[in-house]
Amino acid sequence: MALIELDGVTTIFGRRPRRALDAVRGGAGKAALLAEWGHTLALDEVSLAIEAGQVFVLMGLSGSGKSTLVRHVNRLVEPTAGHVRVDGVDVLALDRAGLGAFRRRMVAMVFQHFGLLPHRPVIENVAYGLAIRGERRAAREAKAAEWIARVGLAGYERHYPAALSGGMQQRVGLARALAVETPILLMDEPFSALDPLTRAELQDLLADLQRDHGRTIVFVTHDLDEATRLGDRIAILRDGVVVQEGTPADILERPADDHVRAFVGAIHRPRRAGRDAARPAGQSPSRPLASPSAG
Amino acid sequence: MNAAVDYLVVSHGDAFQAFADSLLVVLVWIERGLRGAPPAVVLLAVALLALLAGRSLRLAAAMAAVAWLVGALGLWDQAMQTIAIILVSVGIAVVTGLPLGVLSARYRPVRAVVVPFLDLMQTIPSFVYLIPAAMLFGLGKVPAILATVVYATPPLVRLTDLGIRQVDGAVAEAARAFGATRGQVLRGVELPLALPSIMQGLNQTTMMALSMVVIASMIGARGVGETVLLGLQRGDPGEGFVGGLAIVLLAIAFDRITQAYGQRLQARRGLSG
Repeated sequence: MALIELDGVTTIFGRRPRRALDAVRGGAGKAALLAEWGHTLALDEVSLAIEAGQVFVLMGLSGSGKSTLVRHVNRLVEPTAGHVRVDGVDVLALDRAGLGAFRRRMVAMVFQHFGLLPHRPVIENVAYGLAIRGERRAAREAKAAEWIARVGLAGYERHYPAALSGGMQQRVGLARALAVETPILLMDEPFSALDPLTRAELQDLLADLQRDHGRTIVFVTHDLDEATRLGDRIAILRDGVVVQEGTPADILERPADDHVRAFVGAIHRPRRAGRDAARPAGQSPSRPLASPSAG
Repeated sequence: MNAAVDYLVVSHGDAFQAFADSLLVVLVWIERGLRGAPPAVVLLAVALLALLAGRSLRLAAAMAAVAWLVGALGLWDQAMQTIAIILVSVGIAVVTGLPLGVLSARYRPVRAVVVPFLDLMQTIPSFVYLIPAAMLFGLGKVPAILATVVYATPPLVRLTDLGIRQVDGAVAEAARAFGATRGQVLRGVELPLALPSIMQGLNQTTMMALSMVVIASMIGARGVGETVLLGLQRGDPGEGFVGGLAIVLLAIAFDRITQAYGQRLQARRGLSG
């Protein structure tokens, strides 16, 4: 049995999601739901099975539902319909106390915008999850200091987050998530807000850590390079639907449809073109525009 | 309306009296402490408080000088009486206003009720509720304190509410993701991040409490307000001016000390934006 199982997860945002769900079941699509109901169909019947020890990448463009989906694993977002099971536990059936305990013991999370406590120094940020669990100060700060060293921030224990660069802040975010030593790590576009060099450094750090510790990681990104580099498996989302799921090789060599092909193509074609890599195909300024003098 | 007040006075008069008495015990205790202490000790305490709040010797010296000036005006005793009333009023405002602000930030229906009520509290002329308050509690310090609380609490509620709603959602979400309980999110994230705003509210509340001292003296509260009132009644502009000056000096002292503390809080996280 897979460690994380999502089964028929449908999530609708709006004032009356349950009634909107009936409309969806009656055949209304995402566009119709938005136009007629003012509701957003964020996820539509998503089913995934994530095995223990995998790095599972959720990939898609903005608004594809990937960040919403990852939040179902620790129930930061409630689905309108469907099931979420982690390690055999029905996460949606937990009461408030049970959910708190589940989050403290089973899942940690790293956020795109870090989510650090600005009024606490680095060491207390890294020890935060342990403090929430009620561990004693001496024990949790000793553990936190180890992880701070492990992510390369030794010497910064007493600094406040505002005094650190973005890359360093995300190292703190990573250390905070690792320090609780949960079997599952959720990472919501953790490196998207960083410059390319820092991003590569942190990808290497994560790969290193994963080699040593072998957690189950659900990693959200919009960057195919990052996905193929880190992922054991990749699921591509579009408009709240999983359009393809497979190994990086599957995705690259056998794209399931035009959307995936465009995704793969957009990354690969400019790679040959060198520095224009970051620009989507078709917007390259190096392509000469039709000018009146030429016409 | 009159019947309702009469009913309260007749049937629950004892309960109001008991409440008034317990409030009076606290007030008298603070007042006796302040008036009984040698002025030098009070000056030192003011300086120390300023030093702790602002970490600045200059501020501490200036605040001690301001307090000394109040004494030089010959209103030391009255000033101590006023400070006692302010401290008790602001204390009650914090105990009631802070939880109310937290609740209205968290629950939309609470805010829908609280906000118009705060508007009412701030705009209704004080005399309107001073009359029934004096009937229920008798003349003196207790109705004065209640009137001050009614007038001064709203900014604290508003700024607590605002401060908490402006807390970065990503930080609160991170806390929840790590399994923090509601209480842990409130104590560990929301209140500390809203603290600069809450301190601003506390400052406003204190200033408004001070602006009530003259009205409070009309229903029998002692203090510098009484000096102003006497000046008014006797047609003695000099006395009124001296009383007014003392109020301004007290306001400056309260304001600079709380502001200095608030700014120090701001500065530490100002970098983080």
